[in-house]
Amino acid sequence: MSATAIYQRRGSALALETLAAWLLGILWVLPLVFAFWTAFHPAEFSTRFALGAPLTLDNFVKAWQAAPFARYFVNTVLLVTMILAAQLVLVTFAAYAFARFEFPGRDVLFALVLVQLMVMPDVLLVENYRTMTALGIKDTILAIGLPYFASAFGIFLLRQTFKTVPKELDEAARVEGCSPLATLWKVYVPLARPTYLAFALVSVSYHWNNFLWPLIITNSVESRPVTVGLQVFSATDQGIDWSIINAATLLSAGPLLIAFLLFQRQFVQSFMRAGIK
Amino acid sequence: MTRTTQWVYGWLMLLPALSLLALFTHYPAVANLWHSFFSTPRAARPAAFVGLDNYRVLIDDPIFWQSLSNNLWYALGTIPLSIVIALAMALWVNGRLAGRGLLRLAYFTPTVLPMIAVANIWLFFFTPEYGLLEQITRWFGFATHNWLGSKSTALPALMIVTIWKEAGFFMIFYLAALQSMSPHLAEAAAIEGASRWHFFRRVTLPLLMPTTLFVLVNAVINAFRLVDHVVVMTRGGPDNATSLLLFYIFETGFRFWDSSYAATLTMVLLAILATTALLQFFVLDRRVHYQ
Repeated sequence: MSATAIYQRRGSALALETLAAWLLGILWVLPLVFAFWTAFHPAEFSTRFALGAPLTLDNFVKAWQAAPFARYFVNTVLLVTMILAAQLVLVTFAAYAFARFEFPGRDVLFALVLVQLMVMPDVLLVENYRTMTALGIKDTILAIGLPYFASAFGIFLLRQTFKTVPKELDEAARVEGCSPLATLWKVYVPLARPTYLAFALVSVSYHWNNFLWPLIITNSVESRPVTVGLQVFSATDQGIDWSIINAATLLSAGPLLIAFLLFQRQFVQSFMRAGIK
Repeated sequence: MTRTTQWVYGWLMLLPALSLLALFTHYPAVANLWHSFFSTPRAARPAAFVGLDNYRVLIDDPIFWQSLSNNLWYALGTIPLSIVIALAMALWVNGRLAGRGLLRLAYFTPTVLPMIAVANIWLFFFTPEYGLLEQITRWFGFATHNWLGSKSTALPALMIVTIWKEAGFFMIFYLAALQSMSPHLAEAAAIEGASRWHFFRRVTLPLLMPTTLFVLVNAVINAFRLVDHVVVMTRGGPDNATSLLLFYIFETGFRFWDSSYAATLTMVLLAILATTALLQFFVLDRRVHYQ
């Protein structure tokens, strides 16, 4: 029973609030429905809402042929996989060190990590561009991902989880002769699985959607993620064929949107878990 | 384990993450300050130390001041409204309304879409002549209006997009907090004879304060961090009416290639973010955690 059960709305108040909630819901899906309508109908129906309008996949085919979206998708998948893999390794070690080891300077270092929660790579565009130029990796997928490999958010989240692991389990593993790394692998990592899932979903959706930094650091089809590809495509003037642009837009958001619709519960719970400190 | 091995293990495990953080967070922040005291290197002349010259330019730069004030209005226009809508959404979805599963889906979906896709969808929505908004207003007999092309409505139009995208995201955190509230509170309040409104104002709302703070800080950061929709929808126009601070930095640094002045502008952004962090840490956190 939830806390509000006793104070449930009744009678006309309930009806009124249900109405308001649904109005807001309709308002919220309206732009999306509109985008779907134009993407799946011929251009002449893009703003004419006739029930008998013929459905078509033409706009998607045209968008797919007009720009190298296949390559963009490959780039994005490579990008998010690379970032997630690097993050999981780095974050696990760092969180374990902060949660279970005593060493001088620990609190100062932890404070230094937390700085990134406020000063994200997203705002340090100018200097990070300079660094990538110096490293000679401008216009590569690696350059898009590198600033995000060490995630303060992930370290913070996982440290909290590791701290809740009972010390007895840790000690039992040590008595069995496990090294610190074996303990991490056999005790901590399995127990933190929900946190890992939460972090992975948040990370993947963040980097799938990221735009400004990839826009700046990439300059070719070979490295552009799908968000930047979409912008290049719709900005190079398609004769304002909105049906095709909307199809391309849905295409770029499609994989994530479908994943979200299929695993709605996991998504929502992961975002919740990530938000509770 | 001896103390020394503890030290060695701790430091070694931190080394990879910390060196990357140092290279891409701490170093750029400091280098940014350093470069703001130099002129931008051009083909013929290398960078020269110019002291506070860039900051003098900044103080006399009307576009900077406009971007800053745009950004503040943008924050003021989006944050309170997103939070109120998010709270209402959470209360509704948490209650026993008909079809709340569908409602939760409707509210949350904009959150998983890329901002750039969202901007494209809304760009069409706002298009003069044949966008959906025009169709609706024309149906009600209003004159046609270029929402993104006129100085008075362009920024509010961007605000609507932001609220649409963010409210569902913030709803999730309120929902999590509501679900973890003990049912005994409501029972006790009901025995005391508290009305529903009274219970909400005196019990629910105060208990949600830590969540509100968390959401508030996130919303402030986002208001200064996310300008994807500006790039897609208005490019800062018309006449800089929608230029936000980070967008102006982006234009300065990567369209006009004036990296020193972009670094100077970035210092202002960093100062704003640092102030937010300090406010959260020293003022708000103390007031909120009363338990």
